[in-house]
Amino acid sequence: MESVLAVVIGGLYAAGLYLMVRRSIVKMVFGLALLGNAANLLIFTVGRLTRGRPPYVPPGGTEPLLPVADPLPQALILTAIVIGFGVQAFALVLIKRVYQTVGTDDLDVMTTTDTDSRSSG
Amino acid sequence: MQSLLLATAVRLLLPLLLLFSLFLLLRGHNEPGGGFVGGLVAAAAFVLHALAHGVAGARRVLRVEPRQLVAAGLLTALASGVLSLTLGLPFLTGLWSTLPVPVIGHAGTPLLFDAGVYLVVAGMALMIVFSLMEE
Amino acid sequence: MIVAVLSGFGAALAAPFLHRRLPRWSGWVCALVPLMLFGFFAAQGGEVAAGHTIRAAYEWIPSLGVDFSFSLDGLSLLFALLITGIGVLVVAYASSYLHGHHHLGRFYGLILAFMAAMLGTVLAGDLITLFVFWELTGLCSYLLIGFDHGREAARKAALQALLVTCAGGLALLAGFILLGEGAGSLDLAALLTRGDAVRSHPLYVPILALVLLGAFTKSAQFPFHFWLPGAMEAPTPVSAYLHSATMVKLGIYLLARLSPVLGGTDAWFWSVTLAGGITMVAGGVMALIRSDLKQILAYSTVSALGTLTLLLGLHTPRAATAAMVFLLVHALYKSALFLAAGAVDHGAGTRDLARMGGLARAMPWVALGAGLAALSMAGVAPLAGFIAKELLYEAKLQAPLAAEFVTGAGFVANALTVAVAVMVGYLPFHGRERDTSLHHHRVESLLWLPPLLPALMGLVVGIVPGLTGRWLVAPAVAAVRGVPVPVDLALWHGVNPVFLLGVATVAAGVGIASVRGALLRRLPAGSGPGWGPERGYGLLIDGMLGLARWQTRLLQNGRLRYYLMTVVGAAVFLMGVAILRSGEIPRQLPRPDGGIHEWLAAGVILAGALTAATTTSRLAAVAGLGTVGYGVALVYILYGAPDLAMTQFCIETLSIVLFVLVLYRLPRFSLLSTPGGRVRDLLVAFSVGGFMTVLVLLAVSQTLVPHISTYFLEQSLPAGHGRNVVNVILVDFRALDTLGEITVLAVAALGVYGLMKGRGEGGG
Repeated sequence: MESVLAVVIGGLYAAGLYLMVRRSIVKMVFGLALLGNAANLLIFTVGRLTRGRPPYVPPGGTEPLLPVADPLPQALILTAIVIGFGVQAFALVLIKRVYQTVGTDDLDVMTTTDTDSRSSG
Repeated sequence: MQSLLLATAVRLLLPLLLLFSLFLLLRGHNEPGGGFVGGLVAAAAFVLHALAHGVAGARRVLRVEPRQLVAAGLLTALASGVLSLTLGLPFLTGLWSTLPVPVIGHAGTPLLFDAGVYLVVAGMALMIVFSLMEE
Repeated sequence: MIVAVLSGFGAALAAPFLHRRLPRWSGWVCALVPLMLFGFFAAQGGEVAAGHTIRAAYEWIPSLGVDFSFSLDGLSLLFALLITGIGVLVVAYASSYLHGHHHLGRFYGLILAFMAAMLGTVLAGDLITLFVFWELTGLCSYLLIGFDHGREAARKAALQALLVTCAGGLALLAGFILLGEGAGSLDLAALLTRGDAVRSHPLYVPILALVLLGAFTKSAQFPFHFWLPGAMEAPTPVSAYLHSATMVKLGIYLLARLSPVLGGTDAWFWSVTLAGGITMVAGGVMALIRSDLKQILAYSTVSALGTLTLLLGLHTPRAATAAMVFLLVHALYKSALFLAAGAVDHGAGTRDLARMGGLARAMPWVALGAGLAALSMAGVAPLAGFIAKELLYEAKLQAPLAAEFVTGAGFVANALTVAVAVMVGYLPFHGRERDTSLHHHRVESLLWLPPLLPALMGLVVGIVPGLTGRWLVAPAVAAVRGVPVPVDLALWHGVNPVFLLGVATVAAGVGIASVRGALLRRLPAGSGPGWGPERGYGLLIDGMLGLARWQTRLLQNGRLRYYLMTVVGAAVFLMGVAILRSGEIPRQLPRPDGGIHEWLAAGVILAGALTAATTTSRLAAVAGLGTVGYGVALVYILYGAPDLAMTQFCIETLSIVLFVLVLYRLPRFSLLSTPGGRVRDLLVAFSVGGFMTVLVLLAVSQTLVPHISTYFLEQSLPAGHGRNVVNVILVDFRALDTLGEITVLAVAALGVYGLMKGRGEGGG
C-alpha cells in the first residue's frame, strides 16, 4: 500500500506546487492547503503503515498489543492539521485584504511595497 | 440563509454537540478524542448555530468573546504546567490524584492541560469564522 | 577592582541623565569618575612596585575554563594610570570644547564607557575577558568617531575603523582560542608560565599570526594603518584620548603582555620588527606631507606606534624599557599636542597649517603647552622625550639582528618626528600671521589647561626621571620581561654615540622642516597615492556591496513563484544528490496491495487534487479540496489513526465553511500565465511530485528504529495514566510542544482578527 500512497503523495505535491506558482493569488491558497495535506500524508506514510491497529492500550492490558500503528507521527500530524487550518485561515484573510487594498489578484503586479493610487481605505 | 428546518434542528443540535465535545475531551485520554477534536466539535456547533441564526445570535448563546476563550485556554494550559513547578518538579510534569474519579477514571494535570487545548482550539476557530462572517 | 572597572559603565549610563539635570556641572561630575579611579590606581602603586600582582576573579563559564578575572601588575598599572589620568583631562576639556553641543550628555556617557572598557582590557586576567573588553573599546571607538553622525564623512570613517579593527578582533579571538588550547589555560597568569610549551606547539605560527593581526589592526600598523587618520573625523577630545593616548596602544599592550609567551622567536622578531619599522618610517613621511594639523598628528601617531611595535619586536630588556618609557612619554606629549590642536581649531577656526602663524599672541598658554610637548617630541633635553630617545637609540643599537638597519630606520623616523614637532609645535604659534582673515580669540582655561598639564608632566619626568623609573617603568618592564629588570632612568649620560645620534637627529629634523615647503611644492597638488591599503579597503567594500546587490537582484526578484522554485529546486537537488550518492535507488516497486477501500481513498484524493489544480471554477476548487481532505481522513481511518481522522473531518468541514465565506469576496480565477509558462510549471510540478514519490518509496524501504515510539507505547499507561497513546504524547510526554503549538494557534487567530477588525487604522 505504501507504493500507492507514495504516488498519491507525489500527486498532491505536484498539484499543490503547480497551484502555488500561479500568478493568480487565489490559487495560491488552494496550493497551500494541498501541500499541507501532502506533508501530513508524507509523515504518516514514512512512519510506516499498520492497518487497523490504532495505538491504544486495550482494557486490562498495560501496553498495546504489537503490531500497532506508530503513535509519534500521529501526534505530530494531529497538531499539524489544526495549525494548517490556522495558517490557511490567515492566508485567506490576508489575500482578501490584499485584494481589497491593491485591487488586483496578479502577484506580478504586487512586486513593490509601495501602495499606489489604486489603494483605497 | 434562514431556513426554518435548520434553525429548529440547530436548537436541538447545539447542546448535543457541546455535550459530545465535552465527552470527547474527557475520554480522550483513553479512547479516541481529546482537546483538539473536542474543541473543533464545539466550534462547529457554534458555527452551525451562527449559520442558522446569524453571528449575533451565536455570540449571544456563547456569552463570552472567542478571544477570551483563547486566553483562558492558554492560561489553563500554562497553569497546569506551573502547578508542578510549585512542587519543585520540572515544568509540565503530570500530577495525578490517587483516587479514581467516576467517568474519567483518573484526574490529573494532563487533563487540565487538555482542557486548555480544547478552549484554545474552540476559541481560535470561532474567532476566525465569526470575524469572517461578520464582514 | 571589579568595582573600579564596572563603575565606569555605571557612570556612563548615568551621564546622559545627569547632563539633562545639571548641564552646567555635568562635566565636572563626570571628570570626577576618572579622577577617583586615578587616585585608586595610584594608591596601588606601592604594592605593585613591590612586585605583587593584585587579583580578583569570578567564575564565568566554568565548563570552558573561562573566568571573569582581573589582575593588576606593573604593565596594567601604567596603562590604567594613563587611561584614567588623560581621561580626567579629556572629559574636562570636552565640557568646554563641546560646550552647548546637543548630544554632550551622550558624549560623556560614551567616553566614560570607553574608559571603563579600556580599564577592563588592560586589567583583564583572562583571555576571554580581555577579548570582550577589547571589542567593547572598538565599539565605543565606532560610536565616538561617528559622534557627529549627521556628517557622511564621520559615518564612513567610523565604519572603516570598526570594520578594520573588528576583522582584527575576530582574528584575535581565533588566536586566543588556539592559544588557550595550546597552553591548556585561558588564564593569563598561567599562560605566562607556559611560554616554552606554546613556542614549541605545532600551531605556534598560526597563533602568532592571528594574535598579531589583532594587535596590528588595533594599533594601526602597516598595512592596516589607514583607519587611524580617517578616525580624525571624531571630535578632537576623542582623537586625543582614543586615537593617540590609549586605545591604539592596546595592540602594543597586547604585544607587551604576550611577549613572554609568544616572543623571542625568529618569526616574532621578523614579523613584529618589520611591521613596526615600515609603519614607523611610512607614518613619518605621510605626516610630513599633510597640512591638516590633526592629520599630521594622526600620521605621527602611526609612526610612534610603529616605533613601539619595533621595540617589542626586538625583545631585549633594553628595548622593553625603552618601549615603556616611550609609551608614557608619547602619551603625554601627543595628548597635549592633540588638545592644543583642538584649542587652535576652536580659537582660530582652522586646522590648516598653511593658514596659521603667530597664534601665540592670542593664545599664549596653548602655545606654551604645545611648545613644551613639541620639544619633548623632538627629544630635546631636559624633557622626558630626551630620555626616551636615548633609550630608543640604545635599544636599536643593541638589536640582536640587523642592528645597523634598525638604527638607520630609527634615525630616519626620529628625524621626521623632529620635523613634525617643529610643524605642530612651532609653526602655528610663531612667525608672522599667514592669513589675516582668521579672527582668533582667546580660549578659556579649560581649553588651555588640559594641553598644558601633560606637557608640564613631560618636563617633570624629564627633570626627575628616577622616581618614574622606579615606580612606574620598572614594574611595567618586569611584567613585559617576566623577570625584574633594573631600570635606572637618568637625564644625562655624558657625550656618547647615543647622544651624538640624538643631536644629529634634531639637526636633520629641523633641516627637513625648513625645506618642507620647497619639497611640497615639487609634489603635484592634491596628489594622494591612488593605490595602497586604503584603496584596497575601498575596493573590498565596494566589491562586497556589488556582490550583495547582484545576488539580491538574482534571488529577490519580487516574484513569489521564482522564490518557491528556487527553494524547492535547491531542496530537490540536494536530496537528489544525497540519494544518488547513497546508491539506494529503489530498483523495483513494491507490489501495490490493499483492498478496495485503499484504492478508493487514493482515487478520491487524486481526483480531488486534479480538480482543484485544473478547474476554472472557484466552487469546484473548494469541492476538490474538500474531497482531498476527506480522502486523507479515510486513509487515517484505515491505518489506525482514528484521532487524526476525526480531527481531519472537523477541520475539513470548518475549512469549507471558511472558503465559502471568503470566496465570493475574492476575484474569480484568472488565467494570467502564458501557455509556455504553464508547460514549464507543469514540468517543475511533476518532477517535484515524482521526486517525492521516490523519496517516500526510499524511506519506507529502510528499516525503522522506533526507539522513541516504543518508549511511548510502553510508558503510556504506567507513566501517563492513559490508554490513548497519541493523546498521552500530546498532553503529557510532549506537552511543552503542544503548549507551543496552541500558542501558534492563538497567534494565527489574533492575526486573522487583527486583519479583519483593524481596517480603518491601517488605511491600506
